[in-house]
Amino acid sequence: MTASRQGAPGFSISRLADVILPKLVLAPTVLACLVGFYVFIGWTAWLSFTESRLLPRYEWAGFVQYVELFGNERWWGAMQNLGIFGGLFILVSMALGLLMAVLLDQKIRFEGAIRTLYLYPMALSFIVTGTAWKWILNPGLGLEKMAHDWGFTGVTFDWIINPDFAIYTVVIAGVWQSSGFVMALFLAGLRGVDDSIIKAAQMDGASLPTIYTRIIIPSLRPVFLSAFMILAHIAVKSFDLVMALTGGGPGFATDLPSIFMYQHGFTRGQLGLGAASAMMMLFTACAVVMPLLYSELRRERRG
Amino acid sequence: MADYPQSLQAKLIRFGIYAVLVLMALWYLAPLYVMLSTSFKTLDEIRAGNLLSLPGTFSLDAWSAAWSSACTGVECGGMKRYFANSLTMMIPAVLISTLVGAFNGYILSMWRFKGSDMFFMALLIGTFLPFQVVILPMAQVLGWLELENSTGRLVLVHVIYGLQFTTLFFRNYYVTVPGELVKAARIDGAGFFRIFFKILLPISVPTIMVCLIWQTTQIWNDYLFGVVFSSGEGQPMTVALNNLVNTSTGVKQYNVDMAAAIIAALPTLLVYMVGGKYFVRGLTAGAVKG
Repeated sequence: MTASRQGAPGFSISRLADVILPKLVLAPTVLACLVGFYVFIGWTAWLSFTESRLLPRYEWAGFVQYVELFGNERWWGAMQNLGIFGGLFILVSMALGLLMAVLLDQKIRFEGAIRTLYLYPMALSFIVTGTAWKWILNPGLGLEKMAHDWGFTGVTFDWIINPDFAIYTVVIAGVWQSSGFVMALFLAGLRGVDDSIIKAAQMDGASLPTIYTRIIIPSLRPVFLSAFMILAHIAVKSFDLVMALTGGGPGFATDLPSIFMYQHGFTRGQLGLGAASAMMMLFTACAVVMPLLYSELRRERRG
Repeated sequence: MADYPQSLQAKLIRFGIYAVLVLMALWYLAPLYVMLSTSFKTLDEIRAGNLLSLPGTFSLDAWSAAWSSACTGVECGGMKRYFANSLTMMIPAVLISTLVGAFNGYILSMWRFKGSDMFFMALLIGTFLPFQVVILPMAQVLGWLELENSTGRLVLVHVIYGLQFTTLFFRNYYVTVPGELVKAARIDGAGFFRIFFKILLPISVPTIMVCLIWQTTQIWNDYLFGVVFSSGEGQPMTVALNNLVNTSTGVKQYNVDMAAAIIAALPTLLVYMVGGKYFVRGLTAGAVKG
């Protein structure tokens, strides 16, 4: 990759520039990517092996932070919440998204307008979504009061302040924000299904539900995968939604790893522990996403 | 499907489908309606009525309070300062990351060199990382750089962590452009920049739109970087909104909270209404191809 290879008869300054310029222009991004991602991950990993508290220290301390993290009840609570929230969030968003996409695919009038309505929450900040749902779920003045006004005076709906149910309010708000997006993914997938296969199945007398469950939906496998990966990614890094909706409370009922990491790393002066929890978040994200990505890459190579 | 006369059953099914779709539309719209109607109510009306009741008198007090006098902690200047912060942070960050991303995509498709594909993979992996794993060192480095200005810090951070997406958008578009176009131009003596500005940029308008809209929504809506890397009066809108809503002093002014939330939502809603097509394309391209 030297300039001399281009130094044939047509050698000129401009040819030299053509070799150097692309690398020169790309260089800042290479630097930003290598430092911003890879050096910083190494750095965080390093911090997680030190006894850093308020200020970073760089003497090796072994696994003390991980020992502390794994012995920390709050951390396990946060991981458990992530499991409940992530699982339900992904499942419900996918189910709703698929259902809406299939229904919208039935030559619906005003399809464009309906799609626009389903998708607008995705343009909002999770902070806005959290703020709105915090108000709607307010036990004194929100849905509960509405039910009472309508005559259902026995109804109590206090999930947002009930430690046993608060995590489900996060699921509700999260699904509200993201399910329309999953719908868009599935709808794009449905539109890509080969019409001739469906026609052939219809000729054979298959009913529409059968065609969907046997032929169309199984052919959406790649869409399921990408929807899963995106939703899992949103779930693992979820932070703003919970900060706005419940602040992690009541108590630690809706605490998540991201909140644990933020508080220990930035407000509680526990840098080392924060770094260790960040590394665990990275591993969680990898554990969820990498196998799927890998299997997908292999399929693509073979196909 | 509709070629033969519809039976009663088919009509019922059709009705059912529309009913479900309309119900879903209502469920997506309800929070927006609640936010809007609450923001026009007085506190007394809020206490007397319920979520779905319409405001009796359309009061704009909550809006003016949210904009210019609501308190976040000790500071009582409303949201306008933070709204301006978000704008002054967003505009340069979006423009820089888009321009650099366009060049990157151009290089990674038309000027590949040894290692460039590998670098692209390295960049792609970045799209899957939870940012929590980089914010501690980033805070340290920003400290070393003595970059005290919150807006400057956020522009830098948003550019660095936006490049992976902007590069991806442009690269994925430019690989679909026939290479002959560029080869012919090179034979004619056009250089690196000339080819980019004269040939590729003019045909990139849709990709530029996707990229601008994606970055605008990402950066405007960001909370994590905002809360970690900015402070006090330099905070962006999302952070200020959260502070406002979760301030525990005084009487809770739900109408002001809702007005502030709508103000925070307006720019991205506007972008969505104007460029919805590109927004969806960005979501699917940015996410699916990752």
